[in-house]
Amino acid sequence: MSRWTPDPTFYPSPRDAVNAPAEKLAYVAAFDRTATRPDAIAVLDTDPDSPDYGTVVGWTDLPYTGDELHHFGWNACSSALCPTAPHPHVERRYLIVPGLRSSRIHVIDTQPDPRQPTIVKVIGPEELAKRAGYSRPHTVHCGPDGLYVSALGGADGQEGPGGIAILDHTTFEVRGAWEADRGPQYLAYDFWWHINHDVLVTSEWGTPSMIEDGIVGELLLGRKYGHALHFWDLARRRHVQRVDLGDQYQMPLELRPAHDPTKTYGFVGVVISVEDLSASIWLWHRDGDTWAVTKVIDIPAEPADPADLPDLLKPFGAVPPLVTDIDLSVDDRFLYVSCWGTGELRQYDVSDPFHPVLTGSVHLGGIVRRTAHPAAPDEPLAGGPQMVEVSRDGRRVYVSNSLYGAWDDQFYPDGVGAWLAKLDVDVDGTGGLTPDQRFFPRGEEFRGLRVHQVRLQGGDASSDSYCFP
Amino acid sequence: MTGTTWVALLSLGAFHGLNPAMGWLFAVARGLQERDRGALLRALPPIALGHLASVGIVAALVTATRSVTASTALAVVGGVLLVGFGLWRLLSERHFRWAGMRLSATQLAGWSFLMSSAHGAGLMLLPVLVAAPTGASGGHAGHLDAAPVGALLGLTAAGVHTLAMFGTALVIAVLVYEVVGVGVLRTAWFNVDRLWAGVLVAAGVFTLIRAA
Repeated sequence: MSRWTPDPTFYPSPRDAVNAPAEKLAYVAAFDRTATRPDAIAVLDTDPDSPDYGTVVGWTDLPYTGDELHHFGWNACSSALCPTAPHPHVERRYLIVPGLRSSRIHVIDTQPDPRQPTIVKVIGPEELAKRAGYSRPHTVHCGPDGLYVSALGGADGQEGPGGIAILDHTTFEVRGAWEADRGPQYLAYDFWWHINHDVLVTSEWGTPSMIEDGIVGELLLGRKYGHALHFWDLARRRHVQRVDLGDQYQMPLELRPAHDPTKTYGFVGVVISVEDLSASIWLWHRDGDTWAVTKVIDIPAEPADPADLPDLLKPFGAVPPLVTDIDLSVDDRFLYVSCWGTGELRQYDVSDPFHPVLTGSVHLGGIVRRTAHPAAPDEPLAGGPQMVEVSRDGRRVYVSNSLYGAWDDQFYPDGVGAWLAKLDVDVDGTGGLTPDQRFFPRGEEFRGLRVHQVRLQGGDASSDSYCFP
Repeated sequence: MTGTTWVALLSLGAFHGLNPAMGWLFAVARGLQERDRGALLRALPPIALGHLASVGIVAALVTATRSVTASTALAVVGGVLLVGFGLWRLLSERHFRWAGMRLSATQLAGWSFLMSSAHGAGLMLLPVLVAAPTGASGGHAGHLDAAPVGALLGLTAAGVHTLAMFGTALVIAVLVYEVVGVGVLRTAWFNVDRLWAGVLVAAGVFTLIRAA
């Protein structure tokens, strides 16, 4: 179905996108850890003038169980305006929702009623395996020439290599593996690109057996999880360069390139250093003709009484910050960093990307702290800020509290619960974060499911890429 | 070729130049990316060249064929081809794919050639070329040695058409780059593809009716 004028949620440049209207709805991936009930997409009301503000107003159950929803994305975004293969008259309408555990990919239609999305297609794991040779689909990005979906595992029980599958823009059929030459790349996780420079970047987590039953201590201390970034030629689909962060820096996960298409830098969060349990943020950038990384933020572990710690951490007597998600505002000014272990969301001004300045911090939950939300000061919170999403205008930040089923259970063994918070950002001043007391859906509102990624209606800071500066 | 024929060729050139997908938007993107109007201006000639090649092949084929065969047969075949292609463009949801943004001048010309061909830019000239009286060479229709002359006429037609396309693209690209800004795309980017497909079908029907 094509439109006569471009989809109004497409913006040629990030400068235009920051003027986008505020989102009225948010879509949240919710999953059942016991895999006995279907996972779901929950719809949240984010319109402050609505009587239902801050509550779940829609709910779409998936057809099967055991999917473990994690990340998802839109079928189309601002990259549709890119001049090489423009198709701006498509609609941003379908959510592409992979099951990280089941390897099913769901196509969910948010029209005609955006509060009651419907499932229109389910791509089975066998199609992903047969056509692309992958399993455990994860990140979804709308590219100029198709939908890109990263996957952690290989097909037919193979651990790897993980990689990227391409889905057709309109039929959503799996077209095949993206890579023409993967070079030394084996582990996969996140990816994104510098679209105007024909550069794609990928990060590394682990293979299915390394993550699905929980984090494996021996593998972590043996420095076997991912610790490198890969740079690719986006046009020729070839591996160009592997940049090793050093094997003590385990698990570089979320990749957040600058939205400004003239820039060639981006940020990646590292979950943990096995030397001191610290977390870190690295900047990738050009260095002459090659790519280089520079550590720009270090977040130390916090000492704790072993009695307060889960078994996994008792021997260390400290809480690792566990930076598991980061997000960069559309104007490339603020970087948000989730410290899921210590229960903190940090805001850095990264206007000078080599020298971030801490401008805001909010504590919620945490392995030891269990900081309550100001809207419910008597409820100690489990989990911590984890998935973080920023509105296009940069004024609102949404955080949810689950990391990944098996890992939640290890770090929060008494139950991670389910909550989602919204923080208001002072973008006109020097930054700073304030929890919105009217917006704190939690617990039974999510019907016993855990909450993961949030996508905002019309797009957000991690959904769109732009071809015009 | 009559005055009407030339006007039609120029108008279709302007119509093609107007379409953001035919290249002016790419030129604007390059200008903005480099923060240099020169990059914009340097991008347009290869784009026009690619368009010329795409349109020229069809035009030369049509006029050369026309000078050796009965124009009715050509009109019928061409008309059916046009209607079919137009309907396919109208109904198909597929869009042109091209992965890269950083192209050399040669690649840019190649991109433009493929883009114009995929959109059936040359086919759109078919009714004009079929309908036009062949002028001096018309008397020699039926002789095989008339083919090169016919092809030359087709190439001239493609050249004139491309000049109009280039001029239009240049004006729009500079206007958007210097004055209006790419924000205008959000509202002004009318779905030319749909209109385009409609024009193709109409042109095919027109050609068929004339042939009947």
